[in-house]
Amino acid sequence: VKMARLLQFKIAVVSTVLFVVCTNLVCCNNGRRVGDAMDTEFSGFSVPLEHSFEVDDVAKFKVRGALVLKAGREHSVSLTQNQLSEEDRAKLKEVAAVDGLYRIRVPRVFLQADRQTERQMDGYLTAFVRACAMVESHLSDVIALYSDVSGYLIGVSIVTLPGACRGTEVEDEVDLEVFNTTLSIMAPVNAPGPETALFLERMEQETEKKGKNPQEQKSFFAKYWYLILGGAIFLMATNSAQPPAGGEGEQS
Amino acid sequence: MAKLILLCLKFIILSSAVEAVFEDQVGKFDWRQEYVGKVRFSHFDTHVQSSKKVLLATENNVFAALNTRTGELFWRHVDKTGPEGNIDALLQHGQDVVLVVGNGRLLRSWEINVGGLNWEIVLDSGSFQSACLVGQQDNVKHVAVLKKTVISFHYLSNGHQKWIENLPESETVDYQSVYSDGNGEVYALGIVPHSHIAIVAYSVEDGEIIKQVTMIHTAWLSNIQASCVVISQGMLTCVDPLTVSLYMLDLHTESQMTQIPLQSLGLEVAPGFHPVLVSTQPNPGRQPLSEFFLQLGPDYYQLLQLNNGQIVTLRDFKPVRNNFSTLYEYLFSSLQASSLNLFSAETGRRLLDTTLIFNMDPYGGKPEKLHVQAFLKKDDSVGYRVMVQTEDHTLTFIQQPGRVMWTREEALSDVVTMEMVDLPLTGTQAELEGEFGKKADGLMSMVLKRLSSQLILLQAWIAHLWKLFYDARKPRSQVKNEVTIENLSRDEFNLQKMMVMVTASGKLFGIDSKTGSILWRHYLDNIPSNAAFKLMVQRTTAHFPHPPQCTLLIKDKDTGLATLHVFNPIFGKKSHVSPPALPQPILQSLMLPLMDQDYAKVLLLVDDQYKVSAFPSTKNVLQQLQEMASSIFFYLVDSTQGRLSGYRLRTDLSTELIWEVVIPAEVQKIVSVKGKRPNEHVHSQGRVMGDRSVLYKYLNPNLLAVVTESTDLHQERSFVGILLIDGVTGRIIHEAVQRKARGPVHVVHSENWVVYEYWSTKSRRNEFSVIELYEGMELYNSTVFSSLDRPHAPQVLQQSYIFPSYISTLEATLTEKGITSRHLLIGLPSGGILSLPKMFLDPRRPEIVSEQSREENLIPYAPELLIRTEWFINYNQTVSRVRGIYTAPSGLESTCLVVAYGLDIYQTRVYPSKQFDVLKDDYDYMLISSVLFALFFATMISKRLAEVKLLNRAWR
Repeated sequence: VKMARLLQFKIAVVSTVLFVVCTNLVCCNNGRRVGDAMDTEFSGFSVPLEHSFEVDDVAKFKVRGALVLKAGREHSVSLTQNQLSEEDRAKLKEVAAVDGLYRIRVPRVFLQADRQTERQMDGYLTAFVRACAMVESHLSDVIALYSDVSGYLIGVSIVTLPGACRGTEVEDEVDLEVFNTTLSIMAPVNAPGPETALFLERMEQETEKKGKNPQEQKSFFAKYWYLILGGAIFLMATNSAQPPAGGEGEQS
Repeated sequence: MAKLILLCLKFIILSSAVEAVFEDQVGKFDWRQEYVGKVRFSHFDTHVQSSKKVLLATENNVFAALNTRTGELFWRHVDKTGPEGNIDALLQHGQDVVLVVGNGRLLRSWEINVGGLNWEIVLDSGSFQSACLVGQQDNVKHVAVLKKTVISFHYLSNGHQKWIENLPESETVDYQSVYSDGNGEVYALGIVPHSHIAIVAYSVEDGEIIKQVTMIHTAWLSNIQASCVVISQGMLTCVDPLTVSLYMLDLHTESQMTQIPLQSLGLEVAPGFHPVLVSTQPNPGRQPLSEFFLQLGPDYYQLLQLNNGQIVTLRDFKPVRNNFSTLYEYLFSSLQASSLNLFSAETGRRLLDTTLIFNMDPYGGKPEKLHVQAFLKKDDSVGYRVMVQTEDHTLTFIQQPGRVMWTREEALSDVVTMEMVDLPLTGTQAELEGEFGKKADGLMSMVLKRLSSQLILLQAWIAHLWKLFYDARKPRSQVKNEVTIENLSRDEFNLQKMMVMVTASGKLFGIDSKTGSILWRHYLDNIPSNAAFKLMVQRTTAHFPHPPQCTLLIKDKDTGLATLHVFNPIFGKKSHVSPPALPQPILQSLMLPLMDQDYAKVLLLVDDQYKVSAFPSTKNVLQQLQEMASSIFFYLVDSTQGRLSGYRLRTDLSTELIWEVVIPAEVQKIVSVKGKRPNEHVHSQGRVMGDRSVLYKYLNPNLLAVVTESTDLHQERSFVGILLIDGVTGRIIHEAVQRKARGPVHVVHSENWVVYEYWSTKSRRNEFSVIELYEGMELYNSTVFSSLDRPHAPQVLQQSYIFPSYISTLEATLTEKGITSRHLLIGLPSGGILSLPKMFLDPRRPEIVSEQSREENLIPYAPELLIRTEWFINYNQTVSRVRGIYTAPSGLESTCLVVAYGLDIYQTRVYPSKQFDVLKDDYDYMLISSVLFALFFATMISKRLAEVKLLNRAWR
């Protein structure tokens, strides 16, 4: 049994101990059945992560590992999972060959509840990838859990890295033994509202800047006196040059 | 604030082009049609002989006056929607019409010549029962309004209340009707169901109770309005279906109810039919007529007369196939088949020369009501006109001897969904096209075919020339280019299309988008009242000789049972293709891009057993489906449980559940799920940034925008949630929550962006928010998009703006190739349609202007979106109660066709990037061609001169 790799969350040593406890329990159950969700003293609790891959595509979910969820301001999650047995490996390759699906599911839970009974809700959240993608990526998958505002788990997703099925043969059985899972739990982000405060601040800054700049403060005449003067001189010059012509023309 | 606006204005002026209609373009590319809705009350204006008005009050809370000569609106008043604006009663007297509005909340008087409001008063609360005009000696001065507990009396001239009285014993007695016949008394008729009638007579002068009778036992009577009328000299006449007899009571003497068995009159009631009485009071100041109708069966009316206390049968109208007759002064008409006759009420004899025969529209509904306007001709004979109201909400106005003056399709006031279909090619073009479609059969026949089609072309051309010549001799005004179904053909730029509109009443229309004329109509009967419609184009006109084909899915919302109506969208005819029977409730329908051998797209229907059936389901289709099954995915939404689930098709047409997302319904409910439009093209894969790098768009065609609203409506805790989910894998791409916000939310989802509008409870204003998705600086797989192979989540950018108005509906423009920039079309409650450039809703609008953002032409961020009057695409053509906007691309890349529908229908064209591919109307062809010719000749001459010069030089 190998630990799942966790990228985003710092896991304290204490919780590592917890994992060992979990995995022990898994071992006791012949590696097939993780007990139903259980409480721990660290307010985290665990739910089974199940998977299914069948040649005839009729879902038969079996336990893949246990998710330990921790509610809080920032939800956190960690995963302990079993290795794939030899027959499972063979089956997965078989399913991949017929372009079957690899499905996972987690039960619906409510993260914020205090008591065990309130957490569990009926129904599951399911997701899938193509089995061939699972095989070709050597079981490196990215699983994300999504919660809503109030802490209900609403969805799960699984993608593999790389995601494509290119038909490359996976020779080494060892590559399909251990899951290389990246796990995360996402809560909804707060959508931004209109940014009025910042905008007004910027406007004020701009007006202040304008106020400081003496060039801007000058009056109209102060700024363009030379143009006005030039224009006036020009007008006077043209008027004095030919005053009688226009007048006579009009009279006649 | 002023500075803010000023700055915004500056930016706008700098950044956007002015877009408006010139005065001479008004009505050139656009049209509007105004409707009123299904008629509830109608009155012909009779106080002036020459008047040509008919007053209508409708179920859509509209009060309007129509011109009886043309069918056009004189004026129209649109009240609030819903029960608040509901018109309960319409009473006409002379030039005034009194309306009771909103379950007796308001009493209004209108002047009918110009449609001005005379007065309006607010009535006391209480549910409205009945109202009548009260007069004395032909002098009508008052109106009486009966409510649950009070009766009030108002002056007709100014609405002031003359008196108001509480009704006695109103807790037990249900007062239902008010009656007056001009003798200074007003009667309130009430009933204790299955016990007795209560009659209270009030004095008109001061509201004093003159008489009060409560002890008339009528155990058989349960509803006065349904089974009683007042005839002649205040005889309350009721009909009892159980004992099959008439009961009569004199309101003035209140002696005893006399029972007259119908059998004694030799009449029989059709089994299972509740008999109905119909009477008429031509003048509120006088007594009602002593003649009245008794409807004894669905198509059987009997005319009766009260003569010296005795009831006499005058005439029976047995084969009245259609439902209604109206007693009108001393005349009435009956509708038999499609002929109308006028009878004298006094004698029951048919009047001479009053037969009116008209042709019923075979694609319309059955007549429901007749509104008859009778008048005396100059020679003292009786003439009449009639307005027929049919089941499909059509009004047809007919004049003797059967000339249809006009028809109004009021069903169009309630358009549910629509599509625009390309018009077919002309016959000759189609002939040429057909040449390539057919299979080749020998060289000789091909040559002959080509020659024949060339001949046809020549013939058409000569005919065209002849027509031009012929028309040129006629004066301008007579030359009309009437669009009919025969000469429909596609224009050069495909700007003229067929608008297929589906209305709530179940009537389908084909409307020419250029002129707005209705080219075909088809009424579907047996439409359930709560039906949901989905219109799909299965085959376009591009596959000659196969006719275009549209399919309408009609689903009963309660049972889920659905039917299909397959028709030709150009001619409206029902297709000979028989749709499959659908015995199971339908959950989902989807159009596949697959086509059968006849080029009809495949429609998949998923029933409640999650079994899939295909239409058309030929062998070819089933084979294709089997091959494609593993790549056909679909999703179902169950908004009551908040469940979104994805399914994949199996080769045996069953389905398998592959993903599930459950949004707990106790916290938030799904209000809308929007995918992208399948006919949308995106021209550019990315956006060029200021530093010349490219930011690639995340263009997932399977992306769904799911909008939720919180169930908690407290203004601090309410929120609007937005989820972007991949419809194939069920992966949540983005999940955001707009806090302190609530609906109604309007969403547009297109390209790589989602725009939504909501009400901010915190700031008490409407706000727009835009989400854009980008893959980043590199594309994962630039050739093909597959939801199954996109492991990296896109970058999400979001920005919000303040919008200074409520909105009714939201849609985005659509063009042929997607090169033209996009605009958002916003239907405002004021009746304007605003075309807002998408450029203003761009999350990359910078807070602080930098060199790079200027390079990219980004507008600096301003929190407020302004409404500029030039952006209204419908200038002064107000569109009342916009419910939806439909956009369709045209053959010109710059042009997008827009139809806004609600109570009115408005069609126009928009040019989001101006008409970059069209020469202007005033383009100077002469100048350009003369310059070209001049240059050409100049080169010729100079060439010649140069040659001569060279030759001369060579000789030297």
